[in-house]
Amino acid sequence: MLAPGADQPDSYLPVRKEYDDPDQLATDRMSDVNEWGRSEHMRELARRLYDPVYRNWFRVEWEGLEKIPTDGGALLVANHAAAIPSDAPVIMHGIETELNRPCYGLADNFFRTLPVLGTLWNRLGGLPAHPDNAYRLLHDQGQLVLVFPEGVKGPAKTYDERYQLRRFGRGGFVEIAMRAGVPVIPIAVVGAEESMPTLLRIPSIAKAFGLPYMPLTANMLVAGPLGAVLYFPAKFKLKVLDPVHFDVPPGQERYSRSRIMDESELIRDRIQVALYEMLRRRRSVWFG
Amino acid sequence: MSSATTASRPARRVLVTGLGTFWGGRIAQALEADPNVEVIVGLDTTEPTVELERTEYVRVDANYSILSRIVHATQVDTIIHTFLVVDPTQMSRRSMHEINVIGTMNLFAAASAPASTVRNVIVKSATMVYGCAPEDPVWFREDTPRSRPARAPLERSLEAVEGYVRDFAEDNPHVNVALLRFSNVIGSQIQTPLTRLLNLPVVPSVFGFDPRFQFVHEDDVIRSIQFAFEHDLPGVFNVAGDGLIPWSEVAKQCGKRTFALPPVGTSLLTSPFRSIGLADVPEAYHGLLKYGRGVDNRRLKDFGFRYDYTSSQAVAAFIEAVRLRHTIGDSEPAYRYERDVEQFFRHSPAVVRDRP
Repeated sequence: MLAPGADQPDSYLPVRKEYDDPDQLATDRMSDVNEWGRSEHMRELARRLYDPVYRNWFRVEWEGLEKIPTDGGALLVANHAAAIPSDAPVIMHGIETELNRPCYGLADNFFRTLPVLGTLWNRLGGLPAHPDNAYRLLHDQGQLVLVFPEGVKGPAKTYDERYQLRRFGRGGFVEIAMRAGVPVIPIAVVGAEESMPTLLRIPSIAKAFGLPYMPLTANMLVAGPLGAVLYFPAKFKLKVLDPVHFDVPPGQERYSRSRIMDESELIRDRIQVALYEMLRRRRSVWFG
Repeated sequence: MSSATTASRPARRVLVTGLGTFWGGRIAQALEADPNVEVIVGLDTTEPTVELERTEYVRVDANYSILSRIVHATQVDTIIHTFLVVDPTQMSRRSMHEINVIGTMNLFAAASAPASTVRNVIVKSATMVYGCAPEDPVWFREDTPRSRPARAPLERSLEAVEGYVRDFAEDNPHVNVALLRFSNVIGSQIQTPLTRLLNLPVVPSVFGFDPRFQFVHEDDVIRSIQFAFEHDLPGVFNVAGDGLIPWSEVAKQCGKRTFALPPVGTSLLTSPFRSIGLADVPEAYHGLLKYGRGVDNRRLKDFGFRYDYTSSQAVAAFIEAVRLRHTIGDSEPAYRYERDVEQFFRHSPAVVRDRP
């Protein structure tokens, strides 16, 4: 009988000394769609189209970008807002242009069920938020992964609840980071809430169309149907907080539930505190 | 049996199910080349379609009712179970159930009989058991559970088969059981629902979706079964080429354009085509054309198996074979099994065997 990884009799999984390359393509491929569905060509095109929005519309400003590693895996965690979330493209675009390394965004499976948009989202680096996807990206391939632990509860909240962080799921993001042995890097985002504020939710329409939520946004009132896609030019400020390293052995099947919940709560707290801090210093929604 | 490597291993007596199918025939051919394999017995309801030197063919009914007698009489130590239907377009639901579920049940009943000599079992399953849903991970590992319960008849029958395999492995710890799950097989010869789609003038797709597919070349399938046989691989293994290719790229590689079906009511729209026998997209493939499926092939690699083809190389091999056939037609004349002829070569005293 063969033993897996003959040179390491004790460990079942061979220790990977270097990262797998998700963009490794056979020479005879006709496109550059990588093993996650991301296409660097599509990304490049999207970056070129989105850059004016990033620079001139949202006028994005980063603080502490140097805390994001230029090499190896890290799980980026941010607060989530706006009826159609404007924060994910801003963070992914910012990291790819400033740090020059790809950033994968984990999101609800709902995106995958959308024709055209779902495919586009996938080609631009979006993935369903499955723990296996996160683990392979972080541990085996040393990539940057962005996740919003609030899930749809973040963008679904109305304007009067802005900058009030929702529950951070069940702390799954902490468990994945522990298992993959990578740091969690919290990011506080100011501006997304005001770019497309939800005035009220219409649950009956959401139910009828099978949507996670159906918002009536201020943008729709101001710009009519165009408001469904047009963001207000809110000033974006992003602050990268200190990376959180977990002092636990990686690669375990399970971690202490209480430890996970504590760490998750701690990270949520730090983002919340940072948000209040940034909001205290903010003079104008539009000019920062 | 002269070389040093084969002398160290005991001679093997192998039973192959589904000898008349593409896989059974090719496996038997590969085993015949192995001097370490002493006896090959092949079972099927239909006659072999490939030329075989020394494999003994036994005609059985679809659910193997006489199997325990055969296992007992031939004293086989290894069963290679290839007779699982994974292409639901080729037969009724009823006969698929007979072959997959009842056949496997009887096979394991025979293999676990008190006096059974069986010590190795290799089962050829399919990655279709993972299902296909939007909640799926991009890569299924061998222990990743399905996201949604199986609904398609094919997936349910494969699930039942794997249940029997698990039970058998649990009840018979002295038997080494290898369960190989194959991804979408493609290559120069095999016909599957996917190759039939790719052979249409335009390749059907679902509007707005460009799922990513994984393929495994038919030669790698045979090699992996041989690998499992030679190394007595234990447990469950995904067998699939490296990489996932968008369906649109697969079509482009084949020089075809895609034809988008509406994302809702796909089965309603394809049913008229099915009834005139044009394009049959079975239920188990509807989800696949929206979400695709990837499986993690690293476990088998960790055991030392090397793939000859990546997913895209497998597609390339397929389309090259198609082009060749279009030009010169079927190159090899179809083989027909003649019972008397085969019996003569195997058993007549007039045939000189064991030539130096």
